[in-house]
Amino acid sequence: MPDISRDEVAHLADLARIDLSEAEIDHLAPQLAVILDSVASIREVAADHVPPTSHALPLTNVFREDVVRPGLTVEEALSGAPVEPEQQRFSVPRILGEEA
Amino acid sequence: MTTERTLSFTEALERFDPTLGLEVHVELNTASKMFCGCSTVFGAEPNTQVCPVCLGLPGAMPVLNAKAVESAVRIGLALNCDIASWCRFARKNYFYPDMPKNFQTSQYDEPICFDGWMDVTVPDAEGQSVRVEIERAHMEEDTGKSLHVGGATGRIHGADHSLVDYNRAGIPLIEIVTRPVTGTRESAPVVARAYVAQLRDLLLGLGVSDVRMEQGSLRCDVNLSLSPAGSGLLGTRTETKNVNSLRSVERAVRYEIGRQAAVLDGGGSVVQETRHWHEDTGITTSGREKSDAEDYRYFPEPDLVPIAPDADWVESLRARLPEPPRERRARLQEDWGFSDLEMRDTVGAGALELVEGTIAAGAAPSAARKWWLSELARRANEQGLELGDLPVTPADVARVQALVDEGRVNDKLARQVLDGVLAGEGTPDEVVERRGLAVVSDEGALSEAVDRAIAANPDVADKIREGKVAAAGALIGAVMKQMRGQADAGRVRELVLEKLT
Repeated sequence: MPDISRDEVAHLADLARIDLSEAEIDHLAPQLAVILDSVASIREVAADHVPPTSHALPLTNVFREDVVRPGLTVEEALSGAPVEPEQQRFSVPRILGEEA
Repeated sequence: MTTERTLSFTEALERFDPTLGLEVHVELNTASKMFCGCSTVFGAEPNTQVCPVCLGLPGAMPVLNAKAVESAVRIGLALNCDIASWCRFARKNYFYPDMPKNFQTSQYDEPICFDGWMDVTVPDAEGQSVRVEIERAHMEEDTGKSLHVGGATGRIHGADHSLVDYNRAGIPLIEIVTRPVTGTRESAPVVARAYVAQLRDLLLGLGVSDVRMEQGSLRCDVNLSLSPAGSGLLGTRTETKNVNSLRSVERAVRYEIGRQAAVLDGGGSVVQETRHWHEDTGITTSGREKSDAEDYRYFPEPDLVPIAPDADWVESLRARLPEPPRERRARLQEDWGFSDLEMRDTVGAGALELVEGTIAAGAAPSAARKWWLSELARRANEQGLELGDLPVTPADVARVQALVDEGRVNDKLARQVLDGVLAGEGTPDEVVERRGLAVVSDEGALSEAVDRAIAANPDVADKIREGKVAAAGALIGAVMKQMRGQADAGRVRELVLEKLT
């Protein structure tokens, strides 16, 4: 059974920007281990002759011509913004410890 | 912000060998974005070039821009890369508000172009070149633009919140990554600069990007590490982000060499991190520690099917590549008979295409160079314009020179003709006509002017009669003054000497 440590769960939560309490980490780590274990069972049936598959359909080279098409108006684009837009832009909280 | 100690460049190189790596992001000049039909025109009002796909709205599905794939392959071919016969996009997962999907659609372990090289001519080193190996060139998308408000203008420090414009989100990007460049020693800063400059010219020649560093359509990250001199080891590197002018590329490499040398010299170790370049002070400061690749949790993009460039198509693109800039320059220099210095000045002034066009329109190479690099370069400089942005065409310049060659205007009048063209008064011929600039070729009028000058200056005339031909200058000057400069000085001289000897 694959193991996933508390530290790994905490790190993943951090990457996913999910704020987990210590109790939640304790609660989730064993559950995630079960999920990993279930997925790992695929190994039992996927032998060397079964190539890894990322796409369900055997398609390649689906392209569009480089042609401009109308998108949304500014009003439409900003209509779903959770915070009142400023200067025709989406307003977002400042990001600590990082710079664009 | 604290200023760190640095060792002098010379001291640093006595003790350490620098290793360079360059990551260049190029915005393609496609009409539409990478995965949607939104316009890519620079400078539009905020959030006017967006749609559900590039805003990352639920259910929106990307479709790949065929032209972007073609441009990627052409860039790879021009950089002597292998082209993948089959490759996929991948999701690079991280959270940042300028990326509304919360992942960047990029390529990870299957770049479309890989294993290439470019021979870079090193300026100031006679005929020397450095082979820069290209690890990969892959396709991805640009992010939106953040404006940090509430603190110091535009900077994140002290900002309350940020405002985001997604017009740039989804513009096709090609990321071109070099392998570590070793052995350049004290040339490292100029090699870095020369590489970016040559890459820019190559992309310009391919016509795949505007490559305007000041507008961000070409952006450079500089990786640098030091190892003890002669050790042949690789040290810990830093990645300095957003070094966005050629001069800054050179300065950033030089600064990091001095800074890392001081850290190592003091018994410390270099931290593997992202650093920020400060254009104003010419230093780098610590940014975030670099995430490991696994933290991005890359996985194949399920919404885009794999790309399998047809081998015949790739070969047809290869066959139609333009002549590479280095070879082209060598050929033009040979054809034009320019010295190395003349050629370097021409290229440095951004006048190569202009001079080429002027010669193609009939001017002699030396005349074409003279007009663009002296007269017109001065005017562009005065107006703060690029040479190519002056409102005068190579054909106009060639016509001005033809007017000089035909004896219809002299050099001084020719400059006034250019003034007229630059002021929007029409073609060179129209300016000559409207301003009445043609030299007086009426022999009778000229002859009378010469007679008057002789009569007014009997002493000078006597000297010439005694054989002091050098004295003719004073009479020529007097005639030119009478003719208000609109005479062919050579012809005036002939007339003076005819009459007095």
